[in-house]
Amino acid sequence: MRPVLFFLALFLSACSGPVNNPYPATERGQSIFYSAFTERPKHLDPARSYSANETPFTGQIYEPPLQYHYLKRPYQLVPLTALAVPKARYFDSAGHELPPAAPASAIAASVYEIHIRPGIRFQSHPAFARSGLGQPIYIPMPAAVLAKARAIPDFPEQGSRELTAADYVYQIKRLASPRLQSPIAGLMANYILGFDKLSETLALAGAKRRDWLDLRRFPLAGVEAVDRYTYRIKVKGKYPQFVYWLAMPFFAPLPWEADAFYNQPGMAERNLTLDGWPVGTGPYMLTVNEPNRQMRLERNPNFRGEPYPGEGDHGDAADGLLNDAGRSMPFVDAAVYSLETETIPYWNKFLQGYYDASGLGSDNFDQAVRTGAGGGVELTPEMTRKGIRLGTSVAASSFYMGFNMLDGIVGGLDEQHRKLRQAIAIAIDEEEYIAIFANGRGIPAQGPLPPGLFGYREGRLGINPVVYDWQGGKALRKPIEAARRLLAEAGYPDGRAAMTGRPLVLNFDTASRGPDDKARLDWLRKQFHKLNIELVIRSTDYNRFQDKMRDGTEQIFEWGWNADYPDPENFLFLLYGPNKKVGAGGENAANYQNPEFDRLFIQMKDMDNGPERQVAIDSMVGIVRDDAPWAFGFHPRNYGLRHRWLKNVKPNLMANNELKYLRIDAAARDAARAGWNRPDWLGPALVLALVALALLPAWFAYSRKQEASGR
Amino acid sequence: MRPVLLWTDGLIWLLVAGLIAFVWLVRRHEHLRVPWRKLASDPVAVAAAVVLLFFTAIAVSDSIHFRLALPAGAGGGTHYSPEVRSVLDVLSGPLAKQQEKSYSAPFACRLFTRETVTLADGRQVRIYPRLRYGGAHLDDPERQRTGDIMVRVGYGLVGGALAWLALWLGLRPWFGRAASGPTIRNTLLVLCLFSGFLVALGPYYHVLGTDKVGQDVLYATLKSVRTGVLIGALTTLVTLPLSIGLGVSAGYFGGRVDDAVQYLYTTLNAIPGVLLIAAAVLIMQTQLESHPGWFETGTERADLRLLFLCLILGMTSWTGLARLLRGETLKVRELDYVMAARAFGVSDIRILLRHILPNVQHIVLISVAMDFSGLVLAEAVLSYVGVGVDPTMPSFGNMINGARLELAREPAVWWQLASAFAFMFALVLAANLFADSVQDAMDPRSRRRA
Amino acid sequence: MIAYLIRRLLYALPILIGVNVLTFALFFLVNTPDDMARLHLGVKRVTADAVAKWKTERGYDKPLFVNAGATGLGKVTETIFFDKSLAMFAFRFGASDDGRDIAHEIKTRMWPSLAIALPTFVIGLMVDISVALILIFFRRSYVEWSGVVLLVALMSVSGLFYIIGGQFLFAKVWQLAPISGYQPGFNASRFVWLPILIGVVGGVGAGARWYRTLFLEEAGKDYVRTARAKGLSEAAVLFRHILKNGMVPILTGAVAVFPLLFMGSLILESFFGIPGLGSYTIDAIGSQDFAIVRAIVFLGAALYIVGLILTDISYTLVDPRVRLS
Repeated sequence: MRPVLFFLALFLSACSGPVNNPYPATERGQSIFYSAFTERPKHLDPARSYSANETPFTGQIYEPPLQYHYLKRPYQLVPLTALAVPKARYFDSAGHELPPAAPASAIAASVYEIHIRPGIRFQSHPAFARSGLGQPIYIPMPAAVLAKARAIPDFPEQGSRELTAADYVYQIKRLASPRLQSPIAGLMANYILGFDKLSETLALAGAKRRDWLDLRRFPLAGVEAVDRYTYRIKVKGKYPQFVYWLAMPFFAPLPWEADAFYNQPGMAERNLTLDGWPVGTGPYMLTVNEPNRQMRLERNPNFRGEPYPGEGDHGDAADGLLNDAGRSMPFVDAAVYSLETETIPYWNKFLQGYYDASGLGSDNFDQAVRTGAGGGVELTPEMTRKGIRLGTSVAASSFYMGFNMLDGIVGGLDEQHRKLRQAIAIAIDEEEYIAIFANGRGIPAQGPLPPGLFGYREGRLGINPVVYDWQGGKALRKPIEAARRLLAEAGYPDGRAAMTGRPLVLNFDTASRGPDDKARLDWLRKQFHKLNIELVIRSTDYNRFQDKMRDGTEQIFEWGWNADYPDPENFLFLLYGPNKKVGAGGENAANYQNPEFDRLFIQMKDMDNGPERQVAIDSMVGIVRDDAPWAFGFHPRNYGLRHRWLKNVKPNLMANNELKYLRIDAAARDAARAGWNRPDWLGPALVLALVALALLPAWFAYSRKQEASGR
Repeated sequence: MRPVLLWTDGLIWLLVAGLIAFVWLVRRHEHLRVPWRKLASDPVAVAAAVVLLFFTAIAVSDSIHFRLALPAGAGGGTHYSPEVRSVLDVLSGPLAKQQEKSYSAPFACRLFTRETVTLADGRQVRIYPRLRYGGAHLDDPERQRTGDIMVRVGYGLVGGALAWLALWLGLRPWFGRAASGPTIRNTLLVLCLFSGFLVALGPYYHVLGTDKVGQDVLYATLKSVRTGVLIGALTTLVTLPLSIGLGVSAGYFGGRVDDAVQYLYTTLNAIPGVLLIAAAVLIMQTQLESHPGWFETGTERADLRLLFLCLILGMTSWTGLARLLRGETLKVRELDYVMAARAFGVSDIRILLRHILPNVQHIVLISVAMDFSGLVLAEAVLSYVGVGVDPTMPSFGNMINGARLELAREPAVWWQLASAFAFMFALVLAANLFADSVQDAMDPRSRRRA
Repeated sequence: MIAYLIRRLLYALPILIGVNVLTFALFFLVNTPDDMARLHLGVKRVTADAVAKWKTERGYDKPLFVNAGATGLGKVTETIFFDKSLAMFAFRFGASDDGRDIAHEIKTRMWPSLAIALPTFVIGLMVDISVALILIFFRRSYVEWSGVVLLVALMSVSGLFYIIGGQFLFAKVWQLAPISGYQPGFNASRFVWLPILIGVVGGVGAGARWYRTLFLEEAGKDYVRTARAKGLSEAAVLFRHILKNGMVPILTGAVAVFPLLFMGSLILESFFGIPGLGSYTIDAIGSQDFAIVRAIVFLGAALYIVGLILTDISYTLVDPRVRLS
């Protein structure tokens, strides 16, 4: 019995406090932000990172020259490491400077000059470690050190140095490196002067080698460091959206020492890569990278300190968002991200207080949120009692159902095929979809542009007249009869081909097979049944699906797009003919090509925001609505929940460096956790009692047997 | 109407035919009847067999597929609806068609979730709206529902009892005086009452509630029975030739053949089962994708996938039976009369068919019975891993997988999970009990048991 | 003995080769390297160029079996088969398709897996044997009858229900354990006890039934009858004879599965967020990282063979009459 008691005592002592606390007891009372990640971030290298699940890390570590203002809406670019947001200067083909109002056709090049703040320092990192003689300690890497290292904090010597303009230039050159396969390399080759030439040179120089290629030796015509704190980027033609890219980690600085450090032989085999261990100047640095369990960001002691914004939107002061104005950020000491692959534990741990904030799955919606008197949403009493807060925002993204325009049945720009698509677009009741699957968290799309972007129109002018009627001050989906009429005009009265009487069968291609998908697919078939169209679900794995999309053998599919930057160009280019998926490998998944639309797109793309651009966008959206290559879906509305101890939260869809703004009241959190997580021993005691009860007859039988044998 | 013969339909009918032939064979040979007689005297086995037959009846009735003709169209010629229906669909009547908007609890008259409704005066309120079908015949569901349900349960039980009476009168000449008669009678009574209950209430209420898109859960559960039964039964059917052929020949011929077969099954056994299945299922998907001509409708596609899944499960699970058969054949081979037959130069084929197979058939039967329940359970796990049946196909695995997330809702949506649990449990329990009895009756080793 | 071991190992080699060739064929039929590349490069802006580069980087650009372009030995060694498949015999698993070292991953993930699988196995074994003995003890009474029915019922419940139900009750309703997660070291006990409990309860149906049959077989043997006829008490017969002799097949059977415990449990681990080999495998299947799946398959096969050899050895240890020859 002794050892049992001993272990019991040990067990109980190990978990003083709530027994279900998933964190070590030593972390209690600390200013740590707890969150989760659902999938291992694959690339933390700023040249390669492009997934939404990587930005929680890259956003805090890397500092591009610009950032989005945390509080102001519409989204506004403000300097981060730069001294000011750069203004483009325009030049003609002869190299003469043009006035800012010059027509786009005359502009041969735009030049952006960026001045960065002096005195910014990189985080501590072994790549910067130098001996007394000024020689790098770990370049070349001593084998004995490498044999013991599995993580960057394992290296005994660390160092730092000041950020210079050359580090920004070095990173832009990395974007061109064929070895890194930066996802935006193809795009940047169209814009940055000399970018493709550098790519070719690097491909030749690096073809036979696996070791570090010192990019400082290779010139990039369009990008140069003017002095220690200034660099200049030369862009072909006029591309006003370019400044948005300067707020993304792609354009963050990267010291050549880090590149040299990680590109040594044997490093990748020990998981020591830039994809796993980023090097930046930001407020936080990665100290634990165990992607099967936990990622941990800790305050970067070298961070210069940045004041919390002093002004915000209307109402921000009342919300307490300006309480910290002017104080030096960051406020939170560390951020712990735990792997959480399933939604149920994620949500439950949030309710238990072990995560500070949570997104909202459709299954938890009714528990957390209800519609208030005015039609807006408010928290349920249960959530309010817990002191949970709600933040909402409409994401700059768009979901749609696409028709493959190359397909013989649903494709084609002629009257008949167009009417077939229009009929389907009416039949698919997006309002019901949003109600069932997103619990009302979305607004039905009237066109390709999500709200909050220039060019989006509200109200009567903004509705899609093909699918909606304007009635009583609201957009109302046309009745199903209208769809049936269109279907008949398209040559399929009552869902059967007028010529042959053959029933119309359409194919829906999808790669989904999660637990929730069957319900969704059933619903979709129900929508087509309204028109007597049989929808065949062709579900497959992701690879095959991509194959089909590339070959253009799909018929109908679902797709979505998240904005890279808040400009209508970033959505309308999804329908630009030369961007077709088939053949060109672009992002125009529906393979839509309308010459008029393409012509307007080229015009619109280079315009500055203004009435002229609005007119162009209006006519483009009108063309797309009529042609209906997409049945517009919806723009998701994000509902974020957070506990009351998490301060300074304002949903910001463009900024990804929110962590530094957050503040945590750790004492309040500990009190709440203790209150919410009282173990219930009664339940298991009951279960034990039941088991004992079940064993009772056995005991009786035993004693009877004993008696019998004793007699 | 045009009948549609899906691959698995054909195979399940083949299986039924095989069973009938087997029964006929057993009835003709006295020595084969002995263990079956023993089995028939075991009430647990008989009750389990009746329940299994009930499930099989559902599965078989769901395996007669057809497409209805459409009204004559403009272009002349008959065309058929692309929707494939089965006899079960017809029998279950309105269940499939009575689709609500979203979740509703068992016997509910209102939706499970609130909805924003605009009143006549333009105000918006959030209420639980009435269901389109469930309890739609009631004016004031809150007060009338309990009484109405009671009355209908009464009708159902009486109807079930009458049906049972008719059924039993029909069956009595065969089973009335057999030892198993009372058990059959009682089990049938339970099943009839249960069915009567469902038939009486099904058209008026969602007895097991509705799922996320408002489909009746009872209907989905009934449809899942076919998938479960097919996976259990067809898999063994497709593996039998392989395991019998390889196992028996390894034991009988020995030498090189034995070495080769042993090598084959050790190698296959060495690979973790789930991984082998996952890899094979992924291949199968590739093949299905690159041959769109193999199927015309979505149903046929899902069916083909089910067939391949059975084949794959079979390929990875034949090894166990083959090993047992090999061992048993080694023993039988040494029996005097087999040796004698060989000495007289009787051909190998003849010896195999005449002497070896009848002597090892009990092992095959036991193994088939034992594997059935394991396969039904395996389907659920495979669906969780993402390599199970087609996601559009109703199956217990897909139901559990989908319902898993529903438990996190507050209040929890428990009925889909509970239905899948109950029906699956009944099926597997019956199969397990039957398999147990089969083993007791057939295995000479267990006959010795005290 | 040593000579026997060497022979057994040599016999294992063709099996491992068979496994290797089979998996190689399976995985490169399913997914051509092109597919893998596209899967891993992500959704947005993928060009044919990037695919080619990805393949080069991972070494998937070589021919499958024979490299006609190379000279000498290179004809065989400069191939995907040699690179990706044969290297495994040296336990060189290489990097996963997303660039992390598989061997290191396996080494670190092995421990959480063991922390669950080993206690589940040991405790499960003890519980199963105890239940089986109780049932034998109350032979031919209603205790036995109801116990067996209960076991069959327990066995007829899908394992998924045990996990879903256990997690729901113990972690969510009663708040007795963290819902998911893992901490290394001693803290692990807080996270693993619930999965272990679920594993034991989920396995008791099939396990106890199986041991009951074994013991019943023992109980029917002549020497047991003799012992009973000698007037030994029922408990003495049970423990001294039935349990002792029944343990031989139980232990040799346990030895066979013992090495496979390293592989962890697929479903249990992924439900509870345990960073073990089981969840590693599931994630790899989900993300179609075939390098990992191949490595795990090979590892599983190797452990299986180790189990076979251990079983043989344990037979000789338990029963001196069995000679390894």
